[in-house]
Amino acid sequence: MAGRQAVKAYLDLVSQACRAVLIFLKDNKIPHTVENIALRKAQQKTPEFAKLNPMQKLPVLEDNGFVLTESDAILKYLAIAYNVPDHWYPKMPEKRARVDEYTAWNHANMRTHISSIFLHEVLLPRMGQPANPEKLKKVLADLDGTLDKLENVFLKNQAFLCGDDISLADLLAVCELMQPLCSGRDILKDRPKLLSWRSQVQSALSDSFEEAHSVVYQIREKFTAKLSPCSNQDTL
Amino acid sequence: MSLEIYLDLFSQPCRSVYIFAKKNNIQFDYKKISLFEGYQYSEEYGKINLLRKAPAIKDGDFFLAESVAIMLYLAEKFHTPDHWYPADLQKRARVNEYLSWQHSAIRIHGSKMLWFKLLIPKALGVEIPKEKMDNAVEDLNASLNLFEEKFLQDRPFVVGDQISLADLVAIVEIMQPVGAGMDVFENRPKLKAWKDRVRAEIGAELFDEAHQAILYAQEAVKTMDPKKMEHFKPKILRYFLS
Repeated sequence: MAGRQAVKAYLDLVSQACRAVLIFLKDNKIPHTVENIALRKAQQKTPEFAKLNPMQKLPVLEDNGFVLTESDAILKYLAIAYNVPDHWYPKMPEKRARVDEYTAWNHANMRTHISSIFLHEVLLPRMGQPANPEKLKKVLADLDGTLDKLENVFLKNQAFLCGDDISLADLLAVCELMQPLCSGRDILKDRPKLLSWRSQVQSALSDSFEEAHSVVYQIREKFTAKLSPCSNQDTL
Repeated sequence: MSLEIYLDLFSQPCRSVYIFAKKNNIQFDYKKISLFEGYQYSEEYGKINLLRKAPAIKDGDFFLAESVAIMLYLAEKFHTPDHWYPADLQKRARVNEYLSWQHSAIRIHGSKMLWFKLLIPKALGVEIPKEKMDNAVEDLNASLNLFEEKFLQDRPFVVGDQISLADLVAIVEIMQPVGAGMDVFENRPKLKAWKDRVRAEIGAELFDEAHQAILYAQEAVKTMDPKKMEHFKPKILRYFLS
């Protein structure tokens, strides 16, 4: 790895997937630079960015000329390329399969519903669009079902989602579950088992977790200030 | 036989696992299940996969769901030829990139077309509003455009000169709307040429066998008992039409 340049990560920390990539880079001390791409300013839609990533999405990783999209692929690539501790993406096939199972399931289950909540509670109001409480209610019900599976099928009685130690699965999941905090909503508040898991993950990641999530806390402050301008109480 | 694979070949991810296992001569106990009959909700299947989806495998005491995870596990365990999931880090990353992207793209849009064009109107007796249908077709076309322009480009296969899991997962998804009577290859010569290459690499006989159920869908739906679909109806209408 001598003489290898730092990787470049194109990120916007409002995105769950971007936070996961940043936390992983920092926690594993992988030399990197960050280029901030502001989604709220549609910077991912510029012709320049589209040349880098025709899907016009984040995150994007550039490693000495090799451009890679999709957080799953990026995390797995970094885990192997930088020879990080085995627990992140274990070499043993049965253990690795558990992480692959989660990263696949994450897309249509966690990410879909979490992104929907963000759309309804943060983005649409920002664009001056009317609220749709019926749709939001449906999304929250769907998410509830997903959280049941997260707790009963993945976590069970383990310390972490795929076993005794933290892995890419926990990293991706925790970033998803932090997203609704943007609108002051803690979807884990009535789930002690998941709350305890989240706090273990937060402890394991400490500084890198807090740094990556500062944007979420900022959005939450602005959001709750708008809701109750006369109150300086946080809704959470 | 210690490896059991639970499959319904009507489902795209089941086809990719079936083709992968057969093509690589992996010995397994084929457990045929019916998703339309709701077997995934049974107590019996709950012992195999509590996520209540197919495919799923039971390898001795080891249980696994999610087609992508299953194929990566089988590739490793049975030492399948390198081209399926290359050891080269960057080629592997390209396969992973596709396998990740497709979940929220071709999978969703292709799947939707089968429901919108065939299952919902014919089996549930509900018409899809024109605007929703037009949007769904547009979404699928946008995904197919990205597939051709970004993932395939001018290469014979997604990662280069040889077939990989990316091509296999892509083809089974793209065949889903074909089952609904939609010719996705019309006006897409590059996509058609790729499909022909993939089918040849897999072996025409195996490819056709795996796709028999979905290609027969339009006929099968005529004899489908609407009563059997009743328990799905509210969930499906809520998912697709709300």
